[in-house]
Amino acid sequence: MQSDLMQIDLMQTDLMQSDLMQTDLMQRDSMPNQRLPALELNDLTLSYPGTRGPQVVLSGVSLSLNQGEIACLLGPSGCGKTTALRAIAGFHPLQSGSIRLLQQEVGRAGYQLAPEHRNMGMVFQDYALFPHLSVADNIGFGLYRRSKREREQRVAQMLELVGLRELAQSAPHQLSGGQQQRVALARALAPQPALLLMDEPFSNLDVTLRERLALEVRGLLKQTGTTAVIVTHDQLEAFAVADRVAVLAEGRLQQWGTPMQLYHRPQNRFVARFIGEGMMLQGEMSADGKISTELGVFKPESLPEGLNHGDVVDLLVRPDDIQHDDASPLQARVLAKAFRGAQFLYTLALPSGQQLLSLVPSHHDHAIGEAIGIRLELDHQVCFAA
Amino acid sequence: MSSVADKPAWSVLWLALPTLMPLTVVLGSWLHPQPEVWAHLNEFVLPAVLKNTLLMALGVAAIVSVLGVGLAWLTSVCEFPGRRWFAWSLVLPLALPAYVLASVMVGLFDYSGPLQTLLRSVLGPLSLPPTRSMGGAIVVFGLVLYPYVYLLARQAFLTQGKRSLEAAQTLGMPRWLAFFRVALPMSRPWWAAGITLALMEMLADFGTVAIFNVDTFTTAIYKAWLALFNLPVASQLASLLALAVLLLVWFEQRAIAQRQYAANAVDARLERLQLSGVARWLACAACAAVLLFAFVIPLLQLMVWAYAVVRHDWDDRYWQFIGHSLMLSSLSALIVVAVGLWLAYAQRQHPDLITRLLVRTSTLGYALPGILLSVGLFIPVAWLDQQLHPLWQSWGVDPAPVLKGTLLVMLLAISARFMAVGFEPMQAEMQRITLSQQQAAHSLGLNRWGVLHKLYLPLLRSGWLGASLLVFVEVMKEMPITLMTRPFGWDTLAVRVYEMSAEGMWDRAALPSLCIVLVGLLPVLLLVRQSER
Repeated sequence: MQSDLMQIDLMQTDLMQSDLMQTDLMQRDSMPNQRLPALELNDLTLSYPGTRGPQVVLSGVSLSLNQGEIACLLGPSGCGKTTALRAIAGFHPLQSGSIRLLQQEVGRAGYQLAPEHRNMGMVFQDYALFPHLSVADNIGFGLYRRSKREREQRVAQMLELVGLRELAQSAPHQLSGGQQQRVALARALAPQPALLLMDEPFSNLDVTLRERLALEVRGLLKQTGTTAVIVTHDQLEAFAVADRVAVLAEGRLQQWGTPMQLYHRPQNRFVARFIGEGMMLQGEMSADGKISTELGVFKPESLPEGLNHGDVVDLLVRPDDIQHDDASPLQARVLAKAFRGAQFLYTLALPSGQQLLSLVPSHHDHAIGEAIGIRLELDHQVCFAA
Repeated sequence: MSSVADKPAWSVLWLALPTLMPLTVVLGSWLHPQPEVWAHLNEFVLPAVLKNTLLMALGVAAIVSVLGVGLAWLTSVCEFPGRRWFAWSLVLPLALPAYVLASVMVGLFDYSGPLQTLLRSVLGPLSLPPTRSMGGAIVVFGLVLYPYVYLLARQAFLTQGKRSLEAAQTLGMPRWLAFFRVALPMSRPWWAAGITLALMEMLADFGTVAIFNVDTFTTAIYKAWLALFNLPVASQLASLLALAVLLLVWFEQRAIAQRQYAANAVDARLERLQLSGVARWLACAACAAVLLFAFVIPLLQLMVWAYAVVRHDWDDRYWQFIGHSLMLSSLSALIVVAVGLWLAYAQRQHPDLITRLLVRTSTLGYALPGILLSVGLFIPVAWLDQQLHPLWQSWGVDPAPVLKGTLLVMLLAISARFMAVGFEPMQAEMQRITLSQQQAAHSLGLNRWGVLHKLYLPLLRSGWLGASLLVFVEVMKEMPITLMTRPFGWDTLAVRVYEMSAEGMWDRAALPSLCIVLVGLLPVLLLVRQSER
């Protein structure tokens, strides 16, 4: 196990070709939108047959993904994200709506193009490698219609890409979890699919490996220009790997946007709570559209509709919005603290009793019960009707 | 405890003797090569026997794999009308001994049987392929033995789930091709073991090939021993048979060893493939046809014949046949369960290599044909009789030999043959008792006997009950060992079936056959109940 981890560590450096990764990360939030949509979900509704009629698991989901982009379906377990993925792959029927791949309809109510005709690759949660075939034969499996020479060339290319050339003749069970995942990825990518689907690709791996492998996978997908949809329940994974994230909960699409948008511009309370940490600070609407709170007066860029003067609203305050400042006249009492290495996460109580979270560099070690000075630096002002 | 665990359990050596001895005796016959015997075998026996065995093995392997794998695929992965019902009822042919199906088939389809008589009366003189031929034997074996492949392949398909097939589909492969490229090779460790089990049964069979007049190893050994009274020829032939069987055992063990890598995570919600219009009725018809020919028709025919002859045939002798059958079955079940329990317990207490090898040897009998065991045990027991001759005479027991005239050889051979049947369920049950439970019992002051008595026996109850039922029924169906080693005139139901079939009186063979089949249904229904979840 130990040696496996080290091996992955070493390969990591090859794959993460730093320039590629960095430029890519910077581009993410200013996405050029001139490419064609690769995948379009229109008003997608999915259900399972139940004893009392169909049980709807997901309804009215619409989104569009451009070629070369990576999307994540993110949500708590049971939100229907895996069902959505299986519907895109062609394994689950649609109750209504439609799925279009490269402008071609592949599924609607009463019609499913068979999975083998969709030109989509899929990486399964348990990888589903074929135990009776070697690594090379697993990767070449989807190329069974090509000539032997062509197949061998492509397999060699894929082995090179995922850095497993020396393991080509191994059996899947001889590989570590991370290596198996890369074989599964190479197998799915070998036939050059129009769309790659990945179902919880990192959930079977060691926790310490996950984020790195997520970056590694992102690097590979960008390198090959692959459009991909990845299902996950882990937001850090989603942030690490995705250009765009669809937050699914309670059978609906809660928000569809870039990771930055989800964190800083959550469209509703669910997304605000589900993504990142934070607390709601109570405020009151004033006549000129400003909100006055215990920590000052703010003017949000946008406000929920139907709010009137004097209404109570909740302002989203992230732990990084609260700065520790000994000189500040604003004082808050430390209720609890969690050491996170570089930082402390303090739970603070304002004089009124309202609670806030604050991330503070860990050389500021304050005792519980102590009062510390804080300052609010709210770059993104998001509020919801109380 | 550790001092006990370090030493092999030598008691197991004694229990391994009933398999070890015949194997040694039979294979040891090579140490005394007898050129004139081999010249005779080479010229008159071996060519036909080898050819027949090989052809039959190929034919039977083909039929059981197509039927077994195909039906398992249909009932475990697809959805069609009647699937749930077929899933368990397709196991029912296990209740029919091959020789019973053989006698029914010949009785039904032979020249003088009702079917051909009817056809002749309608169509005039006909020339149909003869029923009593190798082809007939292959069909009978195929119909009776396919459940071995069916059960194992089904287990494989159910544990594989649909995930691998879906993976193949996302890679652009249509489903029918994925069956051959993925499902079939992935389940090979299961169905390959099933085919070797079926071939072992075929090699061990005596009754069926005798009815169909096909010369094989078992009939050749039988003739050499009981018609020519030539034991050296019999044991030389048996040694060849032993080699073939050990080869199969090797194949089987290899297949089982490969399973650990082939097993996939079980997919909790296995959605079955919905077959479309025509396909679903074809699937239904295929299952129904197999069940009809392998079980329903033979059973009905048995009932018709038995009903016709029961008034004239049923007399006091039948109570004797039944009494002997019951006695033999119960005695064997008792011996096998007691020995099996001891083997499982010994292997647990002494997990060293020698003990495990000895336990493996003592349960090897499932692969060894009854005829081989009979020859291999008869020779040493006869020798022992010879040595004890003065003793018998001094006791005034005359005529010696004594041991040969008792049930000793028969019981030894039968226990050896069915030891695995009794051992496996108990071994499986025993694995559920943890070592710390046993240590807890020891720490509370119980010694080894106390632990066996107070902990193992009660906890293994379902294990040894199931095991004794299985052994009971297997012995009931057993033919060759009983036929060859019973004391003169000591007939059982199976022997009666043989004697009536040997004279072509299929209707009179039906009565004892029906008794055997009805008893044989018990464990099959038990098996069905266990597998239905």
